[in-house]
Amino acid sequence: MSLATPSKLEVIDLHKRYGSHEVLKGVSLKAHAGDVISIIGSSGSGKSTLLRCINLLEKPHQGRIIVAGEELHLRPTRTGELEAASAQQLQRLRTRLAMVFQSFNLWAHMTVLQNIIEAPVHLLKLPREQAVQTARLYLERVGLSGVEDRYPAHLSGGQQQRVAIARALAVEPEVMLFDEPTSALDPELVSEVLRVMQQLAVEHRTMVVVTHEMGFAREVSNHLIFLHQGRIEEQGDPREVLARPQSERLAQFLAGSLK
Amino acid sequence: MNWDVLLLPETLALYAEGLVTTLWLLAGSLFFGGALSLLLALALTSRVAALRWLAGAYTYCIRGTPLLIQIFLIYYGIAQLEWIQARWDAVWPWTMFKDAFFCALLALALNNAAYTAEMLAGAMRETAPGELEAAQAMGMSRWQIQRRIVLPSALRRTLPAYGNEVVMMLHSTSLASTVPALIDLTAAASRIYADFFLPFEAFLFAAAIYLCITFMLVGVFKALEWRFLGHLRPRSH
Amino acid sequence: MDGHVLSVLSGAQLTLTVSLASLGVAIALGLLGAAAKLSQRRPLVALAGAYTTLVRGVPELILLLLVYYGGTIGLILLLERLGLEAEVNIDPFMAGVLTLGFIYGAFMTETFRGAMLAIPKGQAEAAWAFGMSPARTFFRITLPQMVRYALPGFTNNWLVLIKATALVSLIGLHDVTFHAMQAGAATREPFYFLLLAAAVFLAYTTVSLWALRALSRRYALGSTQVSL
Repeated sequence: MSLATPSKLEVIDLHKRYGSHEVLKGVSLKAHAGDVISIIGSSGSGKSTLLRCINLLEKPHQGRIIVAGEELHLRPTRTGELEAASAQQLQRLRTRLAMVFQSFNLWAHMTVLQNIIEAPVHLLKLPREQAVQTARLYLERVGLSGVEDRYPAHLSGGQQQRVAIARALAVEPEVMLFDEPTSALDPELVSEVLRVMQQLAVEHRTMVVVTHEMGFAREVSNHLIFLHQGRIEEQGDPREVLARPQSERLAQFLAGSLK
Repeated sequence: MNWDVLLLPETLALYAEGLVTTLWLLAGSLFFGGALSLLLALALTSRVAALRWLAGAYTYCIRGTPLLIQIFLIYYGIAQLEWIQARWDAVWPWTMFKDAFFCALLALALNNAAYTAEMLAGAMRETAPGELEAAQAMGMSRWQIQRRIVLPSALRRTLPAYGNEVVMMLHSTSLASTVPALIDLTAAASRIYADFFLPFEAFLFAAAIYLCITFMLVGVFKALEWRFLGHLRPRSH
Repeated sequence: MDGHVLSVLSGAQLTLTVSLASLGVAIALGLLGAAAKLSQRRPLVALAGAYTTLVRGVPELILLLLVYYGGTIGLILLLERLGLEAEVNIDPFMAGVLTLGFIYGAFMTETFRGAMLAIPKGQAEAAWAFGMSPARTFFRITLPQMVRYALPGFTNNWLVLIKATALVSLIGLHDVTFHAMQAGAATREPFYFLLLAAAVFLAYTTVSLWALRALSRRYALGSTQVSL
């Protein structure tokens, strides 16, 4: 990671609590172009919350968020959380990020093609013809040409998630956010999605991935963050960290997971 | 607004009479309707196609037409039939058709039976196949299975919908006011309105009474659901 | 006999008109009520809650009589309080449509609210994550899906509404029930004409069931059943 190149995403000192329970206790991360950052940790460690704070699906109580050099302006609400000071800025920055969800969240009443072109046409204001061509291109990239007129409910979980990835790619995001993308899939379908994500990494896409898949974290990502009870317990090169964990908690966590 | 007229003893007596009639109509229609609905539900889920068809036709016609027309049919329509007219002075049970209360009760009971039967049949059809298989594997006869497994479970699962139906039935009794000489709560309110030309006082008072009874019924059913549907509640510990 | 049959059938048209007009009012009130209940603003939630509780706790006939007999007086009093003098009259048609619309608006509120709650939260979240504004999310994502989830409850409400319109005969509206009773009184044969009126309603409910079942199949949600 070169210090001279600007970061694609920077999160500084994020804090979040639910009532009196503090879920994030000052987490920071930085992603440069082409980085694939894996975030691991046990349930309750705050990893999904961290990801969801980046695009403000959850509102942090403290911290700064900078997307492609532009800082998201935040202001406190009556309840103490931070909200976007400008709805337009939030929406604009969100179009520069793209999220792939654990439960796919494809829009059920739209076909695969309609799902993928929705944001490019209506939010990025691209001409429909162009959006359709891009959609078909990405559908082929994820290995799903031919399903464009099907409805999400008629696809398998793995297929739905790959469509969701194509939908995310279609907006040509600065950074792709993956929230446990394979956790809701049957084991046989996990590998088809991981393969697509690996391909994206090879293409130098910037990705932040919350995952349980240690194999993916070790082989594909170039930076690993281990979150424990809302704090970064350890981080670094995945092969190093996973083979020789410095902190006891990480060693315990790894002993508990199967890989 | 002249609320004092409501406090006149004659007024209160009329409302009381109406309330009593309403409650009798409710109780009677639920009792007889309920009994009939059990038989109908068994017919609707029977293996005999003719029974299913007959019961199905009955529920379809009742549920597809307004209660008001059903009441009119029984009170005015049946009275037209010569066959009935020849008998209703002397032969029981046809003598009952001359009684306004009986006609209203019959219509309400038949109506209630149709709706309740369909609810119950639906719940019976939704019995978990695993429970049926377990009973069959134990060697229970079909009737035993119905009696010990299907019906008890179905009756409990119908409880929420049945609670709604009971409240609907309470409101339906107000249509009995269309039968002449029958003083239910709504008819009492109409009479007070006609006597004093005070529509708000007369009808709002009746509305308040219906509302109270409705709340009580809802409370009763919430308690029943708590007691009998505990097995479907999410875990609390 | 023929003239009477024709009059009953002409009443059938008025029945349909009253039903559809009431449905319009009910849908409008239902959307407002559901929005109020989901708004999380306490006064709105309380108001909508009072609406649905009161309306579903009182018989339709009482409300109808209240609006018809009390409505004109009430409106005049209200206008006097506001300082306006006007000749207003609530005719049976308006009383019927407003009352039925008001009543079934409460049922529609629950149907629409349930439908909105049934939509998985992830649908809107994905929309926000891609940068859709709340308004756009509502029209592109939430509303189309709400229609699919609301269809069974909507159908049931409509079927109950059609049958309830028979009540307007009691306030003198010349619907199919009114004509049937008149014809019956004139010919001393109420049985046949009441059966004819019942058949008209059965026809309406059958067609409605068939149409809405076809619609819900087309939107393929599958699990929920549409029935009388």
